[in-house]
Amino acid sequence: MKVSLFVTCLVDQLFPEVGLSAVRVLERAGCQVHFDRRQSCCGQPAFNSGYPRQARRVAEHFLDVFGQAPCIVTPSGSCAAMIKHHLPGLFAPHSDERRRAQSIASKTWEFSQFLVDKLGVSHLDTEFPHPVTYHDSCHLLRELGVSEAPRRLIRSLKGIDFREMKDSQRCCGFGGTFSVKFQDVSAAVGLDKIEAIRETGAAYVVACDISCLMHLQGLLRRRKVNVRILHLAQLLDDRRRTP
Amino acid sequence: MIEIRRNTARALADDQLQRNLAHALGHTLQARDRAVGEVEDWEQLRRYARQVKAHTLARLDRYLGQLEGRVKEQGGEVIWARDAQEACRFIVELAGRKGVREVVKSKTMAGEEIHLNQALEQAGIVPVESDLGEYLVQLEGVPPSHIIAPALHLSRGDAARLMHEKVGMELTEDVQRITAEARRQLRRRFLEAGMGISGVNFAVAESGTLVVVENEGNARLSVSAPPIHVAVMGLEKVVPRVEDLAVLLKVLIRSATGQSVSSYINFLNGPRREGEIDGPDEFYLVLIDNGRSRILADEHLRETLYCLRCGACQNVCPVYQRIGGHAYESTYQGPIGAILTPQLLSLQEAPEHPFASSLCGACQEVCPVGIEIPRILLELRGRAKKRSNAGSKLEAFAWRLWSLLMTHPRLYSATSAFLRHPLRVLLHLGLTPPPLNRWTVSRHLPAVPAAPFRSRFPAD
Repeated sequence: MKVSLFVTCLVDQLFPEVGLSAVRVLERAGCQVHFDRRQSCCGQPAFNSGYPRQARRVAEHFLDVFGQAPCIVTPSGSCAAMIKHHLPGLFAPHSDERRRAQSIASKTWEFSQFLVDKLGVSHLDTEFPHPVTYHDSCHLLRELGVSEAPRRLIRSLKGIDFREMKDSQRCCGFGGTFSVKFQDVSAAVGLDKIEAIRETGAAYVVACDISCLMHLQGLLRRRKVNVRILHLAQLLDDRRRTP
Repeated sequence: MIEIRRNTARALADDQLQRNLAHALGHTLQARDRAVGEVEDWEQLRRYARQVKAHTLARLDRYLGQLEGRVKEQGGEVIWARDAQEACRFIVELAGRKGVREVVKSKTMAGEEIHLNQALEQAGIVPVESDLGEYLVQLEGVPPSHIIAPALHLSRGDAARLMHEKVGMELTEDVQRITAEARRQLRRRFLEAGMGISGVNFAVAESGTLVVVENEGNARLSVSAPPIHVAVMGLEKVVPRVEDLAVLLKVLIRSATGQSVSSYINFLNGPRREGEIDGPDEFYLVLIDNGRSRILADEHLRETLYCLRCGACQNVCPVYQRIGGHAYESTYQGPIGAILTPQLLSLQEAPEHPFASSLCGACQEVCPVGIEIPRILLELRGRAKKRSNAGSKLEAFAWRLWSLLMTHPRLYSATSAFLRHPLRVLLHLGLTPPPLNRWTVSRHLPAVPAAPFRSRFPAD
């Protein structure tokens, strides 16, 4: 199956390993992965910060890049939710752009959702003999309704010791520009999450959004807590580089 | 202008407040989840409740007219107040005309919104709050910090100290005794007060019935013991039919307190009639607009008025859970306050409210009428930016620059390549340029990789 990878701006610039892992896992699942170098961002940062006009400009560019793609996969629940639920609304009703955005929305998949629901992957024989916990990122959970797919994939790994954390569905406190606008509140909410992670005794916290994980990693390192972050794509990738 | 950001540090550093919030909200959330779990068709009930509100608001003039007619038929009076001032003026003048010196009040958020207590006090009339939580915050001299639990920010010890300092009660943390003392203090006031003021949860248009939901019995006393009852309600509280209450009460109560039903639900139909033992001689219903018709006229914001004031969004909000209600400096706090406050006041007055959210969406998920709070937050964020002042010009410029980069692939790649190395050096030296320095107050930055994904694909 041919898929076009929207790697997201954050993965592209700061977490390339996540993208490389996503490519390897998709290829192992039988996909032919295409990466269009014109891609940048879905527009969400501006959209969520109160700049819909700037978001629309970036979204138009997104339409140009991905308009012809047969199927778009992205390793982010938040970006997938932006594309699927908010992109069309940025354009005037009945406009050509609105129609193109709707078409793109209907063929966009978040990474875990794509593997489980579209490809029907139910288990991977990657080995990972470590205690792992999973954080439900908000937009993946509440806007896309995905909570079972990543868990199923995690549980399928060889030797995995999966431990649910308390309130896994509670926000990590990142919230995009909220993380700097209300940095103290953002960190306080994040520390609640860190506490929940610690209580499980897990060595790794896994999620489907690197933005949440970047925030948690920042807190974990500052507090010298010995728990590492892993994007689901990295966890599933048997050729991952240990982060 | 309200600046929430100036209040967060103090709230976060207040260990007692943090303990009180965690304790109280944890319990309420558990109770709510249990109560909702018991109802098989919860989602269907939510949808129905939402439809009732949508239907009513689309015909608000008709239903309010019907309500007014029924209330008058039953011997009550209806007063239309354009804003807080008009509402307060009417109530204060009425009290003056009737020689009322003391007013006993049961919980009313509309009353808080119009600052009724201050208006009464200025006229030399003593308002006495009869809801235990309201009574405590009145003793403390602060506004309520939660829609349903006004004294949520107080611990048992705080309550004991207040009762000791303000009422002269001996210092005890025995809740039974504190409650008993509050009741003793209040009973007298119910009998002596010349006027009782209450809020309204629902007003039924077809029957002119006001519904007041409570757990302490204080509302029942407030509306029946004094000779005059004044009910204050926002325009949006009207519902068409008695049978709608079957659903609305169910979703309200389970969402608010996690009870299957509250201890008291009062159905009030005007003043006491001949042959009746209880009830006021005079009854007034004050319908408050105070910005609501403006909200109603705005299709993007309208559903803010669906709110039943259950407080569930506050309980579940990670931001509210950490900063509490007072940090918002507004009558309505938490997610519903974040969208309602800038609409009732103005975005200039409450510019930070729509930004005090991580957009996690837990509020919409828990809302008994499914108000799309995140969407409305975004709508308001966009409007706040349109009126931005000189201070945020730089921010606007940064976003324009950002959109330029994101739409020009070569420029994007070149900028990334150009900045990557210097940024790595700076961060290596422990220097963080703004706005990154706001990130690093409490977090480490991720290591900046030597090359982006695009230059490493296809994988090796």
